[in-house]
Amino acid sequence: MNDLVGTRHLVRLALRRDRIVLPVWVIILGSLPASTWGLYDTLYPDAASRTALTSTMGANPSLSLLYGPAFDLSTAGGFVVWRYGSFIGLVLALVCVFTVTRHTRQEEDTGRQELLSSAVTGRYAALTAGLLTAGLAATITGLITTVGVLAAGAPAAGAIAFGLSLALAGWVFSAVAAVAAQLATYARTANGIASAVVGAAFLLRAIGDAATDLRWLSWLSPLGWVSQVRPFAGERWWVLLLPLAATIVCATVAYRLLPRRDVGMGLIPPRPGPAVAAPGLRSPFGLAWRLHRGLLFGWLTGFVLTGALFGSMAAGIGDVVGGSEQTKEIFERLGGASAMVDAFLASIVSIFGMIAAMYGVQATLRMRSEETEVRLEPLLATRVRRLQLAGSHLVFSFAGSALLLAAAGAAAGLLHGLRIGDVSGQVPAVLGAAVAQLPAVWVVVALSVLIFGLVPKYSTAGWSVASLSLALALYGPVLQLPQIVLDFSPFTHIPKLPSAQLTATPLLWLTGIALVALAGGLAGFRRRDIG
Amino acid sequence: MDNAIAISGLNKSFGSTKALDGLDLQVATGEVHGFLGPNGSGKSTTIRVLLGLLRADSGSVRLLGGDPWRDAAALHRRLAYVPGDVNLWPNLSGGEVIDLLGRLRGGLDQRRRKELIERFDLDPTKKGRTYSKGNRQKVAIVAALSSDVELLVLDEPTSGLDPLMEATFQYAIQEEREKGRTVLLSSHILAEVEALCDRVSIIRNGHVVESGTLADLRHLTRTSITAELAGHPNGLSKLADVHDLKVEGTRVRFDVETHALDTVLRQLTDVGVRSLTSQPPTLEELFLRHYTEAGTR
Repeated sequence: MNDLVGTRHLVRLALRRDRIVLPVWVIILGSLPASTWGLYDTLYPDAASRTALTSTMGANPSLSLLYGPAFDLSTAGGFVVWRYGSFIGLVLALVCVFTVTRHTRQEEDTGRQELLSSAVTGRYAALTAGLLTAGLAATITGLITTVGVLAAGAPAAGAIAFGLSLALAGWVFSAVAAVAAQLATYARTANGIASAVVGAAFLLRAIGDAATDLRWLSWLSPLGWVSQVRPFAGERWWVLLLPLAATIVCATVAYRLLPRRDVGMGLIPPRPGPAVAAPGLRSPFGLAWRLHRGLLFGWLTGFVLTGALFGSMAAGIGDVVGGSEQTKEIFERLGGASAMVDAFLASIVSIFGMIAAMYGVQATLRMRSEETEVRLEPLLATRVRRLQLAGSHLVFSFAGSALLLAAAGAAAGLLHGLRIGDVSGQVPAVLGAAVAQLPAVWVVVALSVLIFGLVPKYSTAGWSVASLSLALALYGPVLQLPQIVLDFSPFTHIPKLPSAQLTATPLLWLTGIALVALAGGLAGFRRRDIG
Repeated sequence: MDNAIAISGLNKSFGSTKALDGLDLQVATGEVHGFLGPNGSGKSTTIRVLLGLLRADSGSVRLLGGDPWRDAAALHRRLAYVPGDVNLWPNLSGGEVIDLLGRLRGGLDQRRRKELIERFDLDPTKKGRTYSKGNRQKVAIVAALSSDVELLVLDEPTSGLDPLMEATFQYAIQEEREKGRTVLLSSHILAEVEALCDRVSIIRNGHVVESGTLADLRHLTRTSITAELAGHPNGLSKLADVHDLKVEGTRVRFDVETHALDTVLRQLTDVGVRSLTSQPPTLEELFLRHYTEAGTR
């Protein structure tokens, strides 16, 4: 077909450009289930402990909210799917979204698409290449998952169902991103739309799985389908038709929309702006506010909603779990203290902290993308000083992440307080616990500033710092890694508020480290070449 | 202060690539100085050093009497810069960018802004990426020219403009010159430099190979002569300073080194001249000579 000519070359170009990033994600996500497979036998060696696991954690709605419904925790397969299935699905969905946008809308943004379109490439070649690349990544992730757990000793049917359900989740969101790429004019907007769909899918699944009377909500979410296939727990093969159908529908919509718009333009038309700048747009900060506000408001909405959601679930924990020693032990490993509810609150504020650090890194990297897109130069050729310019962006990295934490903490405290009738006690307690995460968040953000200031080419390594801190703190204890490894994550050192004793020493140390890294980064930025 | 810009022995490397190799450049206050060179010769690197965006490896650089690296912000109050590649913020309109840059430079002449927007036929309500390359450049040009500054640093400012807008730009630069502003104009559009500049520096492989007024530089080059002679031209080809000689019967065409013009003309008149046209070298030819004939200097 003529409309597809050149697709093969574009796929090869995409794979060439992503030859490091995609394989890294695919391998990490695909091998996660197999690498944790053996853990099950270690943690739950006999039938009694497995029964206890099923009756406690498996029935706990707040864990269903995080991980999805537990269909069968009496086998390693059922446990691994429950524990990692929806998490891998979520990350894979985001990887697919960014991959599709990168090879479709972003190519148009940069004008490179024009160059490619003028060569012998069909109308649908770029879109098809983007979808194929992301689809391929998802498929290989699924394949590695299947082969990995088979090698670890899993039954074939479950292994295939698990791999397929993950791959198809990636497909669905690749197709969603393809639609978003037709609607939006800018890659950033396209990523925003598609990521919002991913976020909505996660929330739908979370609520549906946690609330018994709203179970149907989870069926609306492509991320919910991953667990509804029930790998290792009486596979329901027909559920796989849902993501398949959704992929076909979304992809068809994208292909139908594509010829209705011009190259470089979206279906949402750009609106004209004011001919004269508002009085506020007169300083680097005025500009930074324009550049950051959309991102900040988006994150803020997400944090408030998630905080409120988790806060309203918290009180339910103690009732369900009861007094099982084993469960408590697991919770403590997850970062908690003696009381179940407090442990749950401690876990969620810690997760808020890790996600807020992601925002902080993203806001910092915004400054780097301004630099690589040659938009810092005209500003630095005015009387704006380098530190002033850096400060205008870093306000968002540091104060912005503080705002997010405070908002989520306040929302969680308020909803939890309302439920147990103790608003005046819970709001400050949960808010305080959330804000106590700040020093760790700032260490991560400051390290990204340090990288930006000293080795700007490797600025994206800021993401690695954030992801590593998150992974160590979140999965390190479950994987029973030695303490010295866990200590690398700043989040390990935060006292487990609200129940634990507030100890100032680690907080001061972390703040000190953050300050040193920040100062180093700024000094580096002052002295280095721009560009 | 005589020189707005004084650079001597400037070196700058990026890793193993030497971008600037002992560059010298003098721009007198009040002159329009052409900075001429092919792509990748180091023009933009020089300008970035002048703006304190890049740090010089060695050499001395003075800008408006100050050190462009140490005194960057203070010096930037007194200059305006148009980058070669203008990238605008996608969610800001052209008008907003003009105002923002103007305010950051320390003020904007509203009357001049309005007048320039009209002259350059710019729609200030469009947003960042919906502008074409030429229109993005116009945004930067309007922002720079409506600021009240001593020095304009323009890096290939017209590379995206159509000929009509190029004329508008040239006219605007003439006005700036009359106001006594110093202009550093980097370009590879030779006609533009010829029309605007008092003095020219030619840069190649990171150092300035030629600098002077257009008259100075013409002195270094050849004149093209076409002549219809009374008889057969003898001995022209034997002269060392005659190049590319073509003879068709009594019609000759050749290039001659300017210093040998006198000798050659004598030779021609000895034979008898029926018609003669001579063309002064264009900057195109200067350029070709310096960038295609390696090692002629």
